[in-house]
Amino acid sequence: MLDTSDSYVTEDGRTIGGVVMEMKNITLRFGGVVAIKDISFDIREGEIRAIIGPNGAGKSSMLNVISGFYNPQEGDVYYKGALRPPMKPYQVAQQGIARTFQNIALFEGMTVLDNIMTGRLNHMKAGLFAQAIWKGKAEAEEVANREVVEKIIDFLEIQSIRKTPVGRLPYGLKKRVELARALAAEPSILLLDEPMAGMNVEEKEDMSRFILDVNDEFGTTIALIEHDMGVVMDLSDRVVVMDYGKKIGDGTPDEVRSNQAVIDAYLGVSHD
Amino acid sequence: MSDTFIFGMEVFLNGLMAGVLYALVALGFVLIYKASGIFNYAQGVMALFAAMTLVGIMEGRVPFSHLINAIFGTHIHHFGWHLPAVFGILFTVAVMAGFAWCVQKFIFRHLVGQEPIILFMATIGLAYFLEGFGDLMWGSDIKKLDVGLPQGINLLIDETTFGWFGYGFFIDNLDLVATVIAALLVISLIIFAQYTKQGRAMRAVADDHQAALSVGISLNFIWVMVWTLAGFVALVAGIMWGTKSGVQFSLSLIALKALPVLMLGGFTSIPGAIVGGLIIGVGEKMFEFLVGPLVGGATENWFAYVLALLFLVFRPQGLFGEKIIERV
Repeated sequence: MLDTSDSYVTEDGRTIGGVVMEMKNITLRFGGVVAIKDISFDIREGEIRAIIGPNGAGKSSMLNVISGFYNPQEGDVYYKGALRPPMKPYQVAQQGIARTFQNIALFEGMTVLDNIMTGRLNHMKAGLFAQAIWKGKAEAEEVANREVVEKIIDFLEIQSIRKTPVGRLPYGLKKRVELARALAAEPSILLLDEPMAGMNVEEKEDMSRFILDVNDEFGTTIALIEHDMGVVMDLSDRVVVMDYGKKIGDGTPDEVRSNQAVIDAYLGVSHD
Repeated sequence: MSDTFIFGMEVFLNGLMAGVLYALVALGFVLIYKASGIFNYAQGVMALFAAMTLVGIMEGRVPFSHLINAIFGTHIHHFGWHLPAVFGILFTVAVMAGFAWCVQKFIFRHLVGQEPIILFMATIGLAYFLEGFGDLMWGSDIKKLDVGLPQGINLLIDETTFGWFGYGFFIDNLDLVATVIAALLVISLIIFAQYTKQGRAMRAVADDHQAALSVGISLNFIWVMVWTLAGFVALVAGIMWGTKSGVQFSLSLIALKALPVLMLGGFTSIPGAIVGGLIIGVGEKMFEFLVGPLVGGATENWFAYVLALLFLVFRPQGLFGEKIIERV
């Protein structure tokens, strides 16, 4: 039922494929509070899709719906063309949707390397015994997993801290390690919850570069939340704008920028 | 060499082997505490229940026979078979896995996110329930457990030491076997935690629940797995203690001996449980040997707890526990 055929090429030469995820008429309530009201949008393969909006607009709730942390009361989620039944977060992760958190969820007691290796857990298929004695399939698998992880470590320029326990790292680096762990899963969709929150200008620029490079190099589909308009407009291919749980705009950064409802939401509107 | 020194060596060795058994019980606590933050008061009763189940299955006792007989007026007690120890152990492991699943399904799944004290209270309830349930299922008589482990004095050690010192050490074969089995168990647990997918997932869950979910780990699965492992460790401890002094209620009290071990070793460390167990085992035997006669003996009853108290004052996280840092 979904149109997954048409693809196009962006100005900078990346190919954007068909729809990989579609949210249809999603409504999410917490008791009497409506966090998300009848929102529909889609995510296409290979694109950077942003969800923006002022504080309390329901952006994080939306991300939590996609990643299975919340199940919406109404509406359907289509993933890779099929209706997705209500799922637990770990099942969604096993389906190939990786995420980061606004307030960082890392394994503080483990090293950076071990943290990123946990991202590969779903790619480990060898039997328990083979893994324990480190033979046969398990050995080959471990080597392959390490290769993927090392590539990501190189890519995100965190070689120098690979053996450091995560608990000792500064905030900006933790964010990067979390991104690395999500990437290690080789996800179909990468969800980033405010990847630049609390960062200084330099760190923000680094993170923006990494997001663009990840998308460019690995062709990863990225959906991200951000309330800093400037950053988002530069990064993303298409933008959903939310305000008070409703969708008030959807389109390319240029379209959204000239949308009157969006301007009102961000700049306020005088009622006279 | 003086007699006291030689005799002291024998006491030391016996202390080491007693310590291994303490460590085994403490290990069960550490596994569950690490993965779910639950201090499982029922660990000792689990050892008792596992040992009872093993005896019951091996001797072909009918579960709940008293209850059945009371209700239906029948007189059934035995199925009339005797199973070899291997089958008995396999069946018992299956029972403990079922127990783990039930505990997760009916108790702790509903208590996710509750305060640690509530989780602890739940395990106290679980301990009393399991104690009564075990008695109802298999009867409360003192049962003899024999899985074919060697018992009695080890003659080789006795003769060798007699040749060296003119005095033969009394080392029980059962203690030797227990030491070897405990060592194997610990090594396999460490390999499991470090190198297997499930072990890594277990460590991940122990560290951060939300992060674990986001990399595709089912918390429920890990918790059932950890309770099963703890049940298995309880079975091993139950076999050792049960063989030594019969399967009876007092077996569940070994959990109390594990508390000082945990305070020494730290609640979150597997090596800590081992070292803590050895220190307590050796410490209490040596203290009794050296200081006991001066104060009228019976120091074994309180030595471990006093040592634990000292640790609580000077090093509350234990020898291997994570340092407690309060950030302000």
